[in-house]
Amino acid sequence: MSIAERPLILPTAGPVPLATHRADFREPAAFRGRGPALLVEIEASGLRGRGGAGFPTARKLGAIAGHDGVVVVNATEGEPASAKDRMLLESQPHLVVDGAVLAAHAVGARRVHIGIARSSPATRAALRCAFVERGSPEPGIELSVHATPEHFVVGEETALVHWINGGDALPTGRRVRMVERGVAGRPTAVINCETAAQVAWIVNHGAHAFRLRGTADEPGSRLATVTRGDRSRWVVEADIGSPLAEVAWAGGAPIDRTRPVLVGGYFGAWISGSEALEVAYSDAALRPLGASVGAGVLVPLPAQACAWCETARLLDWMAGESSLQCGVCVNGLPALASAAAEISRGENIVTRTGQLERWAGQIDHRGGCGMPDGAVRLLRSALRVHRELIAAHAAAHGCPLGAPPFLTIPETRSNPWR
Amino acid sequence: MAVKRRLAVDPILCDGRGLCAELAPDRVTLDDWGFPIVDPTPLGPRERRDAKRAVEACPVLALRIERAD
Repeated sequence: MSIAERPLILPTAGPVPLATHRADFREPAAFRGRGPALLVEIEASGLRGRGGAGFPTARKLGAIAGHDGVVVVNATEGEPASAKDRMLLESQPHLVVDGAVLAAHAVGARRVHIGIARSSPATRAALRCAFVERGSPEPGIELSVHATPEHFVVGEETALVHWINGGDALPTGRRVRMVERGVAGRPTAVINCETAAQVAWIVNHGAHAFRLRGTADEPGSRLATVTRGDRSRWVVEADIGSPLAEVAWAGGAPIDRTRPVLVGGYFGAWISGSEALEVAYSDAALRPLGASVGAGVLVPLPAQACAWCETARLLDWMAGESSLQCGVCVNGLPALASAAAEISRGENIVTRTGQLERWAGQIDHRGGCGMPDGAVRLLRSALRVHRELIAAHAAAHGCPLGAPPFLTIPETRSNPWR
Repeated sequence: MAVKRRLAVDPILCDGRGLCAELAPDRVTLDDWGFPIVDPTPLGPRERRDAKRAVEACPVLALRIERAD
């Protein structure tokens, strides 16, 4: 399903067989040895990473070009509300593999690693079938697939690279830049699964055609995972800059002016229903609201759910997802979770809200990975958007909606790191 | 023109012993759980000595002085 006139990367039915795929996309080997030209094309496309941070892909790849580097495709999709990367690998495996190989050709890399979550056997099977279909290995490329433990922070590029290097799937901090020293100590570019697919599209169809979609600063289309009122998830492809409400509507979850929307993911941000009806689906448009497209998640909250209680549940989940390596996460996240839970119960509202604001300032930008920042972003947006709802919890001495939990939260607390 | 430098902490190595906040109080404060919040702006000439002492005193070698660019 797509609200882009014709989807660039999302098929109507999958998995797309190799023969069908090759009608539109040439073999990556055809582009071998044309690295600089590929890089120029990717740069001209203006493609930005689709994993959440939105960093220009050409700049990331350019940093390892000509250094016998490594390309890692991150399809671990640790964001629980996101299904786009799995969906893409299961329906368009050849497009993703082509993109991974083309990214490697663009920078003269000979090694490609694809990281997927251990918990998605269907994704693994789709990739395996794709490799059987492709037959012989890619000339000049050594490709391997890694199944990682399931934790949110495994999606952090340092954690994924550490895992590929044979360590635990734990973030290793910001001191070492992956583009300098990553897999096997080599310059490494970690790109998201959807980004790889877009690389293949751009190389085959050209930067100009890509730029016909999206906005000048954020060209192209993006996949979005929309959660409906019955908790089912739908992946849609939308041109960046489309009205956010249309993207949600295409996914089967219309925006209600009175109901907030969680944008970006569980580590994303809340915006109000009226904001959601006005804003465009792009980082530039969402930024003033403290939100971003992030991992491409949209959760319009149905009427029966309480946005504050959901925030408290999310903060509790985050505290449990921490790899417990940094003081700020070990101490800060449980503190946020317990203060938020107290507000849910209607207790000590003024004190706890004050503490949450104070701690948000103390925690921001201090972790070894982006996780605590994500928790703070969610919290700040909740304090901004749900102010009246918080007051209502005080008045009602508990949740005024008496709402049952809505968001699906994975039970990963006890999952291993190996 | 001298290279601008600043104090930085590796949050994974840091154990929250708090010596840095004692030795370089102008640059390091502690959060509500006793872990250092390090001022990321470049060190002034008079702050370098304190910063250096804090780096040398850190029992888990989590503190460093790095280029501020």
